[in-house]
Amino acid sequence: MGYRVVVDFDLCESNARCMEAAPEVFEVRDDDFLYVLDETPPDELRPKVDEAVRRCPKAAISVVEE
Amino acid sequence: MTSPARGLRSVVVAGASLAGLRAVEELRARGVDGSVTVIGDEPHAPYDRPPLSKQFLAGEWPLDRIALAVAADGGLDALDIDWRLGVRASGLDVEGRRVLLGDGDEVAYDGLVIATGASPRELPGTGDLAGVHTLRTLDDCLAVRAGLDAGARRVVVVGAGFIGSEVAATCRTLGCDVTILEALPVPLGRALGDEMGAVMGELHRDNGVDLRLGVGVAAIEGDGRVERVRLADGSVVEADLVVVGIGVTPNTGWLEGSGLALDDGVVCDATTWVAPGVVAAGDVARWPSHRFAELMRVEHWDNAIAMGEHAARRLVAEHTPGAQPEPYDPVPWFWSDQYDRKIQLAGRSSAADEVRVVDGSTDERRFVALYRRGDRLAGVLSMNRPRPLVSFRRLVERGASWDEALAEAAS
Ligand SMILES: Cc1cc2nc3c(=O)[nH]c(=O)nc-3n(C[C@H](O)[C@H](O)[C@H](O)COP(=O)(O)OP(=O)(O)OC[C@H]3O[C@@H](n4cnc5c(N)ncnc54)[C@H](O)[C@@H]3O)c2cc1C
Ligand code: SF4
Repeated sequence: MGYRVVVDFDLCESNARCMEAAPEVFEVRDDDFLYVLDETPPDELRPKVDEAVRRCPKAAISVVEE
Repeated sequence: MTSPARGLRSVVVAGASLAGLRAVEELRARGVDGSVTVIGDEPHAPYDRPPLSKQFLAGEWPLDRIALAVAADGGLDALDIDWRLGVRASGLDVEGRRVLLGDGDEVAYDGLVIATGASPRELPGTGDLAGVHTLRTLDDCLAVRAGLDAGARRVVVVGAGFIGSEVAATCRTLGCDVTILEALPVPLGRALGDEMGAVMGELHRDNGVDLRLGVGVAAIEGDGRVERVRLADGSVVEADLVVVGIGVTPNTGWLEGSGLALDDGVVCDATTWVAPGVVAAGDVARWPSHRFAELMRVEHWDNAIAMGEHAARRLVAEHTPGAQPEPYDPVPWFWSDQYDRKIQLAGRSSAADEVRVVDGSTDERRFVALYRRGDRLAGVLSMNRPRPLVSFRRLVERGASWDEALAEAAS
């Protein structure tokens, strides 16, 4: 069973807290937009992704189990 | 995963909010499977405060949207918390390892996390008038909203700090006439320096707020309900609603007499440790930062999380033979939303030797400014420019020199 990272881009403000927590998965680029590099990251990254969820001030990130 | 720390069978968390909840999550993630009791004087389950001056105050978000969520599998329930809500921690017996409660009960602990946050300062002599508020809790916010819903049109905000500024912005966006009264000649001058503070003030004026600087409040007057604010220079501002945002003080009253060091917060060591079995985190905690060579206490959302998590690991380390406790030495990070502007601040901006705009311009209200202390980059402030803030924040983290920072800006 894997999981999928979903970002609500209406809420996201590109402040890159998620990128600090999980740079393998989240990247804010020079255009000031957030890009999700890997929507279905490997299980080893799950703790980092959870940390990104916690550190997002806009609660814009969710993890969908699938 | 580290093995559960033996001897950490019962943990008590004082303060049922951001720092406390994140500490519990980290304890559980580290395999601490004993009892966890969370004591909170508010009747509510933990909720998020930043929306209280933003979307929730504006009525854009429903109540369930501000509940603090738990990311890990199973959510909040899986943390298996023994909640003691609506009850105050009233005292601490460090020697006997027990917390005394306002209802006469007491709870014993092997480990205690102090996370009682901070409370707003009040303007002396304004307690009794209806329509005069501070804004810290959900109940405070509901009271302000009730005033707005009842038709308050003329809003006076006392204090041009971040929370006051956000309240002003939200009320303005809702169509109210807003006046901000600030006793200092420059808003946020102490926090951001005069130049950047002035920009924050102009942002309000751009948006039609009547910003009055360098003027103290003499009295808030009315017959049962607020009608006007009288200023020290004799002038008067009519008001239907007043929100006072003149800073907060850490909630350490319950620790008086406990023997813990209290000095504008609970004083921790560099690892968040306070006393045997006791750690502290969030707005209530003060700790020596090696990085910035100062005793720090920050009132930031992000710090409450990071420090809550760190304090939990510190408790585990204390109960794990041979474990080396790590220092807590972050680069603080803060954001504020006002009107259509996103403000972010990383590192230290106060007491800077120099401030330099390196990207965009303050006139456009879209810029990045760097703060220098000695020959180092100490902090970075941005308005509607998130990406460069990330790069400069990393430079602060690395302890980069001022010249390196300017070189990065020029590249
Ligand atoms: C309106 C508002 C807007 C904000 N906006 C931002 C923002 O945009 N960006 C940002 O970075 N930060 C913001 N903050 C700051 C951020 O919310 C705080 O830094 C954060 O809440 C601190 O968390 P904490 O857990 O340390 O303390 P708190 O959230 O203050 O929680 C402490 C809890 O302990 C309870 N308590 C106190 N004493 C006792 C006792 N003796 N016994 C039991 N319980 C007790 C309190 O009632 C409270 O529930 C905002 C704060 C407010 C109020
Ligand atoms: S932390 Fe949240 S708001 Fe910030 S960039 Fe990531 S998803 Fe967006």
